[in-house]
Amino acid sequence: MSILEVENLNRSFGGLHAVNDVTFDVMPKQIKAVIGPNGAGKTTLFNLIAGALESDSGEVKFQGTRITNLPSHRVAEQGIARTFQNIKLYSNMTVLENVMIGRHVRTGAGFFAGLMNFPKTWKEEREIHEKSMELIEMLGIAELADSDATSLAFGQQRTVEFARALAMEPELLLLDEPAAGLNIYETAEIAETIRKIRDWGITILIIEHDMSLVMDISDEITVLSSGKKIAEGLPEEIQRNEEVIKIYLGEEDA
Amino acid sequence: MKISHKYVPVIILLGGVILFQLISTLSGIEYILTQMTMAGYYAMVIIGLTMLMGYTGQISLGHAGFFAIGGYTSAVLTTQNLAALKGTGLADFIMNSGLSVSMTDTYGQELVYLSPWISLTLAILITIIVAFLIGIPILKLKGHYLAMATLGFGTIIYRIVLGAGIFGEADGISEVPAFPVLGGLSISGDSALRIENYYIAWFVLGVGVLLLINLVNSRAGRALRSIHGSEDAASAMGVDTARYKLAIFVLSAVYAAVGGVLLTHFNGGIGPSEASIMKSVRYVAIVAVGGMANLWGALIMGVLLNFLSLRGYFGSYDDAFFGVILIVIMLFFPDGLLTRDNFKGLKQKIQRLIAREKRTAE
Repeated sequence: MSILEVENLNRSFGGLHAVNDVTFDVMPKQIKAVIGPNGAGKTTLFNLIAGALESDSGEVKFQGTRITNLPSHRVAEQGIARTFQNIKLYSNMTVLENVMIGRHVRTGAGFFAGLMNFPKTWKEEREIHEKSMELIEMLGIAELADSDATSLAFGQQRTVEFARALAMEPELLLLDEPAAGLNIYETAEIAETIRKIRDWGITILIIEHDMSLVMDISDEITVLSSGKKIAEGLPEEIQRNEEVIKIYLGEEDA
Repeated sequence: MKISHKYVPVIILLGGVILFQLISTLSGIEYILTQMTMAGYYAMVIIGLTMLMGYTGQISLGHAGFFAIGGYTSAVLTTQNLAALKGTGLADFIMNSGLSVSMTDTYGQELVYLSPWISLTLAILITIIVAFLIGIPILKLKGHYLAMATLGFGTIIYRIVLGAGIFGEADGISEVPAFPVLGGLSISGDSALRIENYYIAWFVLGVGVLLLINLVNSRAGRALRSIHGSEDAASAMGVDTARYKLAIFVLSAVYAAVGGVLLTHFNGGIGPSEASIMKSVRYVAIVAVGGMANLWGALIMGVLLNFLSLRGYFGSYDDAFFGVILIVIMLFFPDGLLTRDNFKGLKQKIQRLIAREKRTAE
């Protein structure tokens, strides 16, 4: 039984068919990658699943429930977390506070409770604080807890984004080009983190440009080109797939 | 957890308020407490707007409109003499159910008016409804589009109070009665109650800021700040950004309205200038000087600048002064003046200067 099912998903921008009848699914506790050259429609596909964009037709099902075209915050409530290609941390908040936002979907104190600061609210606050602290310790950035999140090195910011997403205790984690802008050492670290997260029992859907990272960590790969799915399989199979090789070599020639 | 830490400034504020009163009384300038009282009510608008602008990143150039909605609602409702309406169903109901306050005016006539507690409640309700209805469509807008839409709202309110007979047109509404609070205490411009009124205003402001401090450090407060940081990332974390923006818009409108109601009873009246766009611009300018996302900066600047303005220090160039402030802040301190970064920068500059002095001395 797959955790995420994407069926015949379509999305056009004017004359450009960015995502063209794409169907695939993600099995629980696996690392699934979607790859493809620039302009293949990866990010569009990603945004359709995460609720940042609306599809023209097709369906997205998460744990059997239809989540097609739900707004982002509703998708998040279902148990889907995401990171952003061009890191989007909250500049006006510390690392710890950024991660604490991740607890939003798992907690319930409202506006009025915030104003009044009831004893019941303290308890929840303490819980949010502890869980977030625990998480940044696990990801090895505890000493940065009180730093301004956007003043950190790029790789550290990415780790904070991971921590923030994990604070949601998601069933499915969507990673949008997690190695973008990282050097090889940082990429290796990120690969390590991604594996660690999978071992915690969280399913991962990753969109990535960096072939070595994808081949290294993925359990299964889907290849997109010009909005269409052109191949799917194990990393070894994809590496041998002639059409995939042609597309990637063609791109490198250009 | 910094649970008690965040309340330290509240205690300092309390001490400061008492100290200010003692000093002004002892040095024979107690009359300035009147302007401190008024500044306190204006500061209610500022701290509410700080939550909306500084913490959530949404601008409003229409908050004088909400201040006016509060002030005018209470002024209209409490200036109808119910004694003259005796015999009509509603007036009798109000008088018989204890929702009214009665007194005799200077000519010995019986004067019965709706209790300001009721008018305050109604003013808040009306503000909530208006802010809600305005907020739903316009909070979809961002940046200068939102600024223009709120400007439009402010203009509408200004023209309504200026044009409608019920709001006294250009004269506004005068002879608004005192607001009995507790026992013999009432919000009024009576100079015998000057010190009491100073404390009432600062009590209201103190409670107002305390609630907002709680909010900033709560789950909802973090959600608001995350919207400022990145709206996309906020909704990806499950924050219903439209709902939170609306909630803080309404709350900041209520703060403005409460300030409007209480100041109107203190002054004994309200005029259309309170609804003017220049007032809204002034509020925005003060939030910016205060450091945008800095409640304490907003409170200090809100009181200080309003106090100076009310004491007439800016003369006939009052509005021009706030215009200049706005330009200077936007040019040199677009993130606000009283911010942590600016303080840090200042500290470093001073340290560098001291170091250089030391070197030259050697």
